[in-house]
Amino acid sequence: MSGHERIGASRRELLIGALLVGGTLVVGGTPALAAVADEADFVAFGPFVRIAPDDSVTVIAKFSELGQGAQSGLAALVAEELDADWSKVSVENAAADVKLYARGGFGIQLTGGSGSITDSWDQLRKAGAAARAMFVSAAAAEWGVPAAEITVENGILSHAGSGKHSGFGRLVAAAAKVTPPAEPKLKPASAYKLIGTNRVTRLDARAKSTGTARFTQDVQSPGMLIAVVAHSPRFGGTVASFDDKAARKVAGVVDVVQIPSGVAVVASNTHAAIAGRDALVVQWNDDKAEKRSSGAIAEQYRAMAHGTEAVQWAPFDQRGDAAKAFDDPARTLDIDMTQPFLAHASMEPMNCVALVKEKGAKLTFGCQSQTMDQNVIAALLGCDPSDVEIETLPAGGSFGRRSVATADYQKEAVEVARRMKGRPVKLVWTREDDMGGGYYRPLTHHRARVAVDAAGYPSAWEHRIVTASLMRGTPFEMVIKDGVDSTGVEGVQGSPYLKATPVVDARAFHPETKVPVMWLRSVGATHTAMMMEHAIDQLAHRAKVDPVAYRRALYAKAKAESHLAVLDLAAQKAGWGKPIEKGWARGVAVHECFGSTVANIAEVSLVNGEPRVRRVVVAIDCGIAVAPDQVRAQMEGGIMYGLSYTLFGDVKIEDGIVQNRNFDGYRVLRLEEAPIVEVHILPSTRTPAGAGEPGTPVIGPAVANALLALTGKPTTALPLVKA
Amino acid sequence: MTKLNINGKDREISAAADTPLLWVLRDEMGLTGTKFGCGIAQCGACTVHADGEAIRSCVTTVEMAQGMRITTIEGLEAKHPLQAAWERHNVPQCGYCQSGQIMSAAALLATKPKPNDAEIVEAMNGNICRCGCYNRIVAAIKDAAGVAA
Repeated sequence: MSGHERIGASRRELLIGALLVGGTLVVGGTPALAAVADEADFVAFGPFVRIAPDDSVTVIAKFSELGQGAQSGLAALVAEELDADWSKVSVENAAADVKLYARGGFGIQLTGGSGSITDSWDQLRKAGAAARAMFVSAAAAEWGVPAAEITVENGILSHAGSGKHSGFGRLVAAAAKVTPPAEPKLKPASAYKLIGTNRVTRLDARAKSTGTARFTQDVQSPGMLIAVVAHSPRFGGTVASFDDKAARKVAGVVDVVQIPSGVAVVASNTHAAIAGRDALVVQWNDDKAEKRSSGAIAEQYRAMAHGTEAVQWAPFDQRGDAAKAFDDPARTLDIDMTQPFLAHASMEPMNCVALVKEKGAKLTFGCQSQTMDQNVIAALLGCDPSDVEIETLPAGGSFGRRSVATADYQKEAVEVARRMKGRPVKLVWTREDDMGGGYYRPLTHHRARVAVDAAGYPSAWEHRIVTASLMRGTPFEMVIKDGVDSTGVEGVQGSPYLKATPVVDARAFHPETKVPVMWLRSVGATHTAMMMEHAIDQLAHRAKVDPVAYRRALYAKAKAESHLAVLDLAAQKAGWGKPIEKGWARGVAVHECFGSTVANIAEVSLVNGEPRVRRVVVAIDCGIAVAPDQVRAQMEGGIMYGLSYTLFGDVKIEDGIVQNRNFDGYRVLRLEEAPIVEVHILPSTRTPAGAGEPGTPVIGPAVANALLALTGKPTTALPLVKA
Repeated sequence: MTKLNINGKDREISAAADTPLLWVLRDEMGLTGTKFGCGIAQCGACTVHADGEAIRSCVTTVEMAQGMRITTIEGLEAKHPLQAAWERHNVPQCGYCQSGQIMSAAALLATKPKPNDAEIVEAMNGNICRCGCYNRIVAAIKDAAGVAA
């Protein structure tokens, strides 16, 4: 095809252009680019933008698409400053390359912390602006007109005086030879045509509506094998012995191999691998395994929080003299909250395609933390992390699970693949493997004792949190300071309510755990928002003060302006204080995390003993909303996710074995239980903050607070609906 | 060899009679739009049509599917109004459940072109979306059906 040849020639020209000016062609301020200037995939407009002779603009996303929609926002940042035609913009996943694609702060390539847009805000706008300047400069030279007289709109460069105009494509070769500006000029917000508008649509909507989006599960290649692994039913159990005679007789089974995490059945197709595992007989050694129930762990955490089991507390907020602050029992309220283990339960169970080579490996999957995975696999294979190539695919959900510091399932895929050298192996986890495989949001117990003043506002706040550390043993261990893992206390630490309280004694204890734990969408806030927001309503209830008015008083005292603003906006939009039908009540909650503050007001009733949520009004302050419709989508989705675990989420462990390993036992929110969500975004000029996670933790306490208003009874344990 | 009618064509299938249709579609036919989510007909990600009715292919064996007209997302009429509505409403997030959602919705609209709220809930309640796109799923179905939101 001649088009192909044309593109090929221009591509060579691009590379020549790049070589001519060497490492100075850095666009977007990535100094490490010079070090890889000789790599074949080097492109003239920097590591984030590729512009082709057919006018198409490809934005290279260093942040993975897990459903959160950030990639459309990333593309919009480039397209805005480039003045590109949005209909010609697409997104491609970046290679795993920590030199090019590390994020600020973390120093590694990883998607998480709701930080994709924040991290890229300057980097990608500059990348777009620099490329635009290069095209303008090339056009000025070609047309013999002053660069200042050239305008760019919707992907077309024009010069009004001469009537000349061109798309990007025709000028690619010339523009690639232009030295990019050192400090590209960025537009003022008032000039935005794309950022902040509903024109920023999901670029993957069509592929994901036609079944053509390619997920890990969909990867197929000649000679590829499928592996399904028999794992220990108990955490910490190991293989004692196994009998694979029956498994090997299953048609399609190719091999059965023992690996560190269990016994893998390798087959030519998925059904055979699953059937082969069913036929496998494994004896497990449980000497070091967890054998307790989740109920027993919850009881122990409660005993720790109440001081009946002594632990080494680590303080994280201490002010004033707590010694006599709680002497008046008539003015003291005790508050407890037990929250269970939670499974992430993404729609696509964990999976990974691995090919182990003579040197290194290639992984193809919905990767969320490229650098962590490269490091773990490199250590396993004894190669350099750069020898671990990763092709990142869209992930069928993650909610944090795919960014696991131990790279447990990625490693498992490689362990099988290294025994099948030269052949790609797709490791498939069934739903049962996924939900029973650990790495849960940890079970957590909060206890607070709050003394109040004559008006009913907190005068002293004692707080104890028992929760396993998320960061112990991970590359992020540095966040653990003086025994406190900040991700286990965030939300209590920094709470405006504590700021407004003169005497505070807040401490945490992080017990060792054999049940693997990790972060889940909104991390510490998954449990701290529930505790703090429900505590506040219990205090307001006791003081006979309206919960919105009660919060306003504390926010004013704490100078929590963002909290005040979203609270007021949500209250106004929800009709707070207006009459509501008998049997229904409104509940409010506000929480700040990942730089954004979110208020929820939920309308709740009890139907056949189960909370029924019919409407949720959301107000969010997330700084500039680059893609407002995606912010709304994340608020909607975050509420469904948070409501799901608040109502039903509970990984039940008996005798060390997870009992509910599929959706029949682990109930999740369905369409009939979904409330109508109404989102209001606070106008802002602040740098964009997070949207993927902050919507999650607010709905739970809003529902609990509505139930308190309905029934007068506080919630002391989740989930609200007992199975 | 077994014969199955998939997306309007008779196909020879080598898989055993007790093999779930899901794995035949995905692994043998390469029709990967139909997804594996739970394997026990709880999540709906594997929804296809059998003689126009929405069924869960993960619990439907080759034997059961014989003699039926099986339609997958790949065999849905080109540019189905639901798919256009899905795009207009930016419905998908991770997207993994959406083939199943659309297949359930398409079966609904084929029999009830103007569904009411209760009919939408009944048709769609078996399809889990962990990203929580439920509001938009309902909005897109109503949009495609031309009923008031």
